[in-house]
Amino acid sequence: MASMRDIKRRRDSIQSTEQITKAMKLVATVKLQKSRAKAESSKPYFNMMYETISSVLKKSGNINHKYLKAGESPKKAVVAITSNRGLAGGYNNNIIKLVNGELPAKDTYVYAIGRKGRDGLARRGFTIQADYSEVINEPLYRDAADITLELLDAFAQGKIGEIYLAYTSFRNAASQTPKLLKLLPVELEEAKDQESRGSQALMTYEPGDEEVLDSIVPKYMSSLIYGALLEAVASENGARMTAMDSATSNAEEMIEDLSLQYNRARQGAITQELTEIVAGANAIS
Amino acid sequence: MADMFKLQVVTPDKEFYAGEVSMVELTTTEGQIGVYASHIPLTAIVAPGVLRIHEASEVKKAALHAGFVEILPDEVKILAEVVEWPDEIDVNRAEEARIRAERRIKDNAAETDTLRAEMALKRALTRLETRQ
Repeated sequence: MASMRDIKRRRDSIQSTEQITKAMKLVATVKLQKSRAKAESSKPYFNMMYETISSVLKKSGNINHKYLKAGESPKKAVVAITSNRGLAGGYNNNIIKLVNGELPAKDTYVYAIGRKGRDGLARRGFTIQADYSEVINEPLYRDAADITLELLDAFAQGKIGEIYLAYTSFRNAASQTPKLLKLLPVELEEAKDQESRGSQALMTYEPGDEEVLDSIVPKYMSSLIYGALLEAVASENGARMTAMDSATSNAEEMIEDLSLQYNRARQGAITQELTEIVAGANAIS
Repeated sequence: MADMFKLQVVTPDKEFYAGEVSMVELTTTEGQIGVYASHIPLTAIVAPGVLRIHEASEVKKAALHAGFVEILPDEVKILAEVVEWPDEIDVNRAEEARIRAERRIKDNAAETDTLRAEMALKRALTRLETRQ
């Protein structure tokens, strides 16, 4: 049985860990509320963007636009959104695993947003093309637009043929799912094809279908990336909150066990001391 | 009294404006347009310019810099990347930006990006005009 002092030291150290995890949980909770509100307020813009781009594509049918077909190059680019800080459970690892599982390391350029993902993917043999890790601390629409510009530039020069986006989508505080989206060439679900036909059939595009696509596709990408950034921040805080919550309750459990052990050891020591004293007194008389 | 229609202006961060209006004026890449209710369906790209929102009793102005507009007979949606109310605009900064952009265009040195300078100038002018 471990000595009383050892048990006490162990219990104290776990207690201070618990204080830290508790504080981190509280911080994550507050941040989660803020980031969730932000993520939600960006939804209307994105939804409208999506509607417009689907209706443009539907109307223009099989238009042979550069953004609608894959480039010549076999290389792919992926924008991987993770966090700069750890202690968020499986949050960062899930993205790394997803990217590593879906895309070949040799032919993929990584545009990293978040240090954890950058380091993890570099270790797995991916080429890190660019690093925007600062962005995740305070995502701005401008950042998303800048990243889009750089991606489209590389796409136009034929350096990359396909562009993906890997991020953690936020469902609720307790559940987040890693997602891999294809940004370019643009692919839209055909599901809700029929309903909006009537009014869209008459739609005119100025200056022309192609020019409108030229201008809307980059905006569409920016809004996707921006939405993903905001969702990822919310997910990060959600994941950290859950992780810290279970860490705190684990610590509590351990403290309880150790307290029990400590009390037993103390009781044992007292009993032993008493026995010794009684034995000593008996020996004298 | 002209017919009213629904106008929605959204930015990536928030809903900038939503309400019933009688007319809206804005600048597209093809020129300035004014939209009344029952306009033909049209999608156009926004060029930097002043956005004038004609409500029932007053006219609101805003500086609209980039985005695109979707016009349907009974509603108009503007997806703006950047749009500002007059009181959000810093006149001194806009004035400075105008001077700097004009200088850069005049210099016309090889390394300056003329297109970018022109865009900056347009933005500055839009801001100043909105503030007036």
